[in-house]
Amino acid sequence: MSKSNFTRRGLLKTGAVTGAGLALPTIFTSAASAFTNEPTGSTVKFGFNVPQTGPYAEEGLDELRAQELAVEHINGMGDGGMLNTFSSKALDGTGILGKKVEFVTGDTQTKSDAARAAAKSMIEKDGVVMINGGSSSGVAVAVQGLCQEAGIIFMAGLTHSNDTTGKDRKKNGFRHFFNAYMSGAALAPVLKNAYGTDRRAYHLTADYTWGWTQQESIQASTEALGWETVNNVMTPVGAGDFSSYITPVLNSGADVLILNHYGGDMVNSLTQAVQFGLRDAQANGKNFEIVVPLYSELMAAGAGENIKGVYGSMNWNWQLSDEGTQAFVRSFGEKYGRPPSNSAHTCYVQTLLYADAVARSGSFNPCSVAEALEGFEFDGMGNGPTLYRAEDHQCFKDVLVMKGAEAPTTEYDTLEIVEVTPVDQVTYEANHPMFGGDEASLGECNAGA
Amino acid sequence: MDAIILQILNGLDKGSAYALIALGLTLIFGTLGVVNFAHGALFMIGAFCAVLLQRIMGLSYEQVDPEKTDFLGKPLVVKVPYVESWFGADFGAWLINWSVPLSILLAIPVMLLVGFIMERGLIKHFYKRPHADQILVTFGLAIVLQELIKYFFGANPIQTGAPTQFAGSMDFGAILGFDPNVIMYPYWRLVYFAFAAVVIFGVFAFLQFTTFGMVVRAGMADRETVGLLGINIDRRFTLMFGLAAAVAGVAGVMYTPILAPNYHMGMDFLVLSFVVVVVGGMGSLPGAVAAGFLLGILQSFASMNEIKSLIPGIDQVIIYLVAILILLTRPRGLLGRAGVMEE
Repeated sequence: MSKSNFTRRGLLKTGAVTGAGLALPTIFTSAASAFTNEPTGSTVKFGFNVPQTGPYAEEGLDELRAQELAVEHINGMGDGGMLNTFSSKALDGTGILGKKVEFVTGDTQTKSDAARAAAKSMIEKDGVVMINGGSSSGVAVAVQGLCQEAGIIFMAGLTHSNDTTGKDRKKNGFRHFFNAYMSGAALAPVLKNAYGTDRRAYHLTADYTWGWTQQESIQASTEALGWETVNNVMTPVGAGDFSSYITPVLNSGADVLILNHYGGDMVNSLTQAVQFGLRDAQANGKNFEIVVPLYSELMAAGAGENIKGVYGSMNWNWQLSDEGTQAFVRSFGEKYGRPPSNSAHTCYVQTLLYADAVARSGSFNPCSVAEALEGFEFDGMGNGPTLYRAEDHQCFKDVLVMKGAEAPTTEYDTLEIVEVTPVDQVTYEANHPMFGGDEASLGECNAGA
Repeated sequence: MDAIILQILNGLDKGSAYALIALGLTLIFGTLGVVNFAHGALFMIGAFCAVLLQRIMGLSYEQVDPEKTDFLGKPLVVKVPYVESWFGADFGAWLINWSVPLSILLAIPVMLLVGFIMERGLIKHFYKRPHADQILVTFGLAIVLQELIKYFFGANPIQTGAPTQFAGSMDFGAILGFDPNVIMYPYWRLVYFAFAAVVIFGVFAFLQFTTFGMVVRAGMADRETVGLLGINIDRRFTLMFGLAAAVAGVAGVMYTPILAPNYHMGMDFLVLSFVVVVVGGMGSLPGAVAAGFLLGILQSFASMNEIKSLIPGIDQVIIYLVAILILLTRPRGLLGRAGVMEE
């Protein structure tokens, strides 16, 4: 029969030792990792999550080229690109805070679930501190939510839905790209000058978050001009043949068709609208017109001659004459033999902006980085002076109104800049009803571990 | 009335593509008894024959234009197509402009070869296997072909335009006595409909009026008896597989100006075409054609705003609703033969 040595002193001693033992790993881990994927070695890793396959693959691959170039410039290779023109001088071409930047890539496939899976893998397996990229608002909203939960920074790539920095805004998420409201505000005065105030518009709209908010924004801004909205028809994403949606337009009483489509859908719907004679038609005693509110160079190349004279908007274009744009175009053009796209520019700039914010804050902690980006004003990255608004993490800068070029001389100048709309004209209140109103909130910063 | 005529035209257009794909599917099913889920991929390969020829026509050498500069301010490098330097600027430009119709000349031998390789290399090993096995293996083949096209041509749609003579639209309403500009319809879509009609009647005439066609039809009715007469029916069926592939291929070529070719276009059409075959009646060539046009027109009407506002989403499900209705009332489909897929 064994004898028990169970005493009060023994219990206290055992409890103290056990408690200290259990607490020890926590102390070590909290000291070792104050936030998710805190870099410990001589390198730090970025995650570039872009569509490498699927319908937006060409946009994604161009984003990837730009991101790779940005990493080269941060690490001191190449000609430095926009680092030479960027108003902040916190980056000196030696990496960030003494660490060289490395990157891993993920394939979003332009699907929210695939994008989240790729981002999760990069965060958990590769240990990235930041995710940059994407070419769809659906994907951006999904990945932004994931990054918020994981405690890392998300720099949204090509996402134009109001919701990204509207009702779905997050403290850990930032967007350099413009949005649907800004497109409407920039386009409206140009449309007024070109087509007058007495117009009747028919909308065909991609049936998802981006299409809905773009249609709402364009309708509001054109109705403010005096235009009437005849109809808004939702079309499935990837419909392919839009003929059934286009044939009713000509006899609907409308004299303008607004295509709230993007990528391959825009190429198909615009091409088919032209094939059905809409651009040659007359309605209400006026020439029938087509408007594509959101343009990209890759879409314009796909649509070919059909975009001639068609108005749209862009976040940035390589034909801008400012120093930053020139430096980036030279750098990208020398490396890849082609001018960078709109989406490439956004992802390049965001990579530099993130790196700069880390350097200014002196830490990779996402909450310090977020603080450094909030309210940050900069210049030299194209589009003139730019503000990262603190309330919603939306960038505010000049917006471009574009027109399909009548006589392009090369395969790259298919679009021409009609107007650079001043930032004041496209700015709105952070609690604007189209952006979630008073209820929209960034929430709390999440540093993760 | 004008809206109805426009939707009928749209329906004939869609129906033409459905009917051409369903015709090939039915030919293969009727002759070989194989349910070929790779048939949509054959339509896609045909479309990419047009892309390939367009690329071949576009092969160019570079020439520096010292008077212009590129985006980096360097002398502009201009691409001059070889066909223009070989055949003269005018004829070269004509060849480039007509590359889609000319692609048929490329697509026919390519598709016959692809069909022959598919049948001899894979499908023949599955003749006596259950339909489920055939579906699995041909579906797998379709995915492989789709990925191959994506690897070589990329994921984005590739614009392949009709000859400029067929750009724009004609005033179809004026012919019918309507006011000008009320019913405008693209030239190329009318060309596609006429092309589909010619191919369909050509296939029927081939089967109806040639000795080869007569033997094939006899083989479809009773393969063993025809074989006992000393006729190599297998070889004829292999040729029929090639013919079905060629029909899908040329249908794909001519469809490219209507819908820019992309790597998944075959899958987009395949499911609908199978519904067409089932509604028309498995193994019935006239049934496939009739059902193709019927469902094309119904789908077109279902996408009218007036109808969609009454029944939201009807344009997405109309084909399946009609299929259910027809199969409940006529299990063999519209013109199906007794005994097919019923054992």
